[in-house]
Amino acid sequence: MHTLDVVDAAQLRDDIPAFKAGDTVKVHVRVVEGNRSRIQVFQGVVIRRQGSGIRETFTVRKISFGVGVERTFPVHTPIINKIEVVTRGHVRRAKLYYLRNRRGKAARIPEKRN
Amino acid sequence: MTIDATQAGGRVVSGLLGEKLGMTQVWDENNRVVPITVVKAGPCVVTQVRTPERDGYDAVQISYGAPNPRKVTKPAQGHFDKAGVTPRRHTVEFRTRDASEYTLGQELTVDVFEAGQKVDVTGTSKGKGFAGVMKRHGFHGLRSSHGVHGKHRSPGAIGGCATPGRVFKGQQMAGRMGGERVTVQSLAIHAVDPDNGLLLLKGAVPGPNGGVVLVRTAVKEASK
Repeated sequence: MHTLDVVDAAQLRDDIPAFKAGDTVKVHVRVVEGNRSRIQVFQGVVIRRQGSGIRETFTVRKISFGVGVERTFPVHTPIINKIEVVTRGHVRRAKLYYLRNRRGKAARIPEKRN
Repeated sequence: MTIDATQAGGRVVSGLLGEKLGMTQVWDENNRVVPITVVKAGPCVVTQVRTPERDGYDAVQISYGAPNPRKVTKPAQGHFDKAGVTPRRHTVEFRTRDASEYTLGQELTVDVFEAGQKVDVTGTSKGKGFAGVMKRHGFHGLRSSHGVHGKHRSPGAIGGCATPGRVFKGQQMAGRMGGERVTVQSLAIHAVDPDNGLLLLKGAVPGPNGGVVLVRTAVKEASK
């Protein structure tokens, strides 16, 4: 038990599904425009998860109009409405930075077989 | 450690002694991350009330923390007996206009502060040991090339030659850094947790985790 668990406990979310690097996820992000808010979906491959506790973040990479886009979210941020895991990927490392140098077929991640 | 806080007596000041627990982050109502220092403040007891008639000024003396009973001296024991409280570890005094409203032995908790208020936090900074001028005073050092050899972090010249023929007093040089009393002004209180006696302050606070800090009403709050 760490000293500040009391403070962090109130902020931690328990509705986040288990996912890791290589998984394809749909992140439903709450976007506030002026005084109304809507949900935007950011779908892509999780290329890293880092940190722990309240500070943990993950990065999702997708190809948008031929340009690679990466977005990093805190796992416990309130702006995430929900996270859907689309596919579980089979990868052999925790940080998939090699995907940045690959495009098209070479950037595919095989689905996990069980 | 005894911290003596001297301030103008014209303001109403609340103060608490506490312990810095560490830093973390929380999300505010706009879903933005706020860096937070958690301070376990109080409970403190009032051990003396200074009055203009007796002492010439208005102030409150508060004490906090459990001491090693072996180290409580007879004079200190007598002082705490007078207030009708058990001995405490740390004692400070802060000047406030409403000192007469405090009573001896009164217990103070985080309720004296409220969320949104600005506070000044005083603590003892982390010791850095013997530090050079670049780290200690922010000097730029010498160049990395153009003939400079083995003097890249040195201060350079420290004064003139025959005039004045000496180094001026106060010349900044290398030496012991840190481990001194530091006050950070106008930190906003993000939240108060009365159940656990915690203050959530926005920003950093001097000293190591577990260090004793004095939290009191900001000096510059009124002018804002």
